[in-house]
Amino acid sequence: MDPLSHDQIESHIRTQLGDVFTIIPDSYGVFTMEVPLQQLYRVVQFLFKDEALGFNFLTDLCGVHYPDDQGRELCVVYHLQNMKRQTRMRIKTFVSSEKPEVPSLTGIYASANWMERETYDFYGIRFLGHPDLRRILNMDEMVEFPMRKEFPLEDPLREDKEDFHFGR
Amino acid sequence: MSSNIKMTEAPPGLEGQGFFATTLDSVVGLARKNSIWPLPFATSCCGIEFMATMASHYDLARFGSERLSFTPRQADLLMVMGTIAKKMGPVLRQVYEQMAEPKWVIAVGACASSGGIFDTYSVLQGIDRIIPVDVYVPGCPPRPEQIIDGVLRIQDLVAKESVRRRHSEEYKKLLQEYHVK
Repeated sequence: MDPLSHDQIESHIRTQLGDVFTIIPDSYGVFTMEVPLQQLYRVVQFLFKDEALGFNFLTDLCGVHYPDDQGRELCVVYHLQNMKRQTRMRIKTFVSSEKPEVPSLTGIYASANWMERETYDFYGIRFLGHPDLRRILNMDEMVEFPMRKEFPLEDPLREDKEDFHFGR
Repeated sequence: MSSNIKMTEAPPGLEGQGFFATTLDSVVGLARKNSIWPLPFATSCCGIEFMATMASHYDLARFGSERLSFTPRQADLLMVMGTIAKKMGPVLRQVYEQMAEPKWVIAVGACASSGGIFDTYSVLQGIDRIIPVDVYVPGCPPRPEQIIDGVLRIQDLVAKESVRRRHSEEYKKLLQEYHVK
């Protein structure tokens, strides 16, 4: 079977669900759209269940932090794949860092479980409806979300790089 | 009769026909020093260098340490080789606590000694933040010769240690500082 074209995906969603998305152009050949938070679960469920589209695999799920983008500082990116048609697509949704709450996709894709935990671990995005939302890679005692831009990259406890060791 | 078997020197003492008198410390030190059982705690590239150290070419067995102990309860020397993530910290401390006294620790490589190039939120900046360390081996990673040299420095410490040291107030205080049980 041939891969789905961008036009096919776009027109199919538009006829079935209406104007629930905006296309993000220049995405290196991968169909990419932004979906508002309220529509996210419905759209992804449609992409998963629909016979014509059939995006049956969640390849990746990750966060991005844009600290200067007022009201939409945090972004969650979903990479979906239709394995039969060998087609990939991306979905982005934006949320404010004041109240970073995004619906969990664990009800649709079981693989979302650990990836949402990872995104919570590094960006502090809370996935509503997740069965077990706790840190996965960092130690449990950590209070910060280290991939946010305000978090310092270097460990403040490090001593051997202090200036006085080098006569500065 | 010529022989190339190398024997350890006897400690200083009084020798006569049929007897040899010396201090208990030096005999115990001599015995311990030449039969250290290491526990390799290898997490990255320094561990690969350690494998070369144990193998036939460099052959750590020449120094009486051929018997690796993969349980902390029977080990004398904890060899920490590689990056220790903060999440791994409690595991390392537990391994140290499970070792029976007397016990020694060697930090092999830049990461175990100071965090190395990983100056970041997830990596422990030197294992001496968690457990007391006896010998540090620099290098990224150190060559097998350096690791062997580190083990020899441990042997020096072992040979000179008093049998009463582990009961001393000073030693208990040291462990308390590290909150080691």
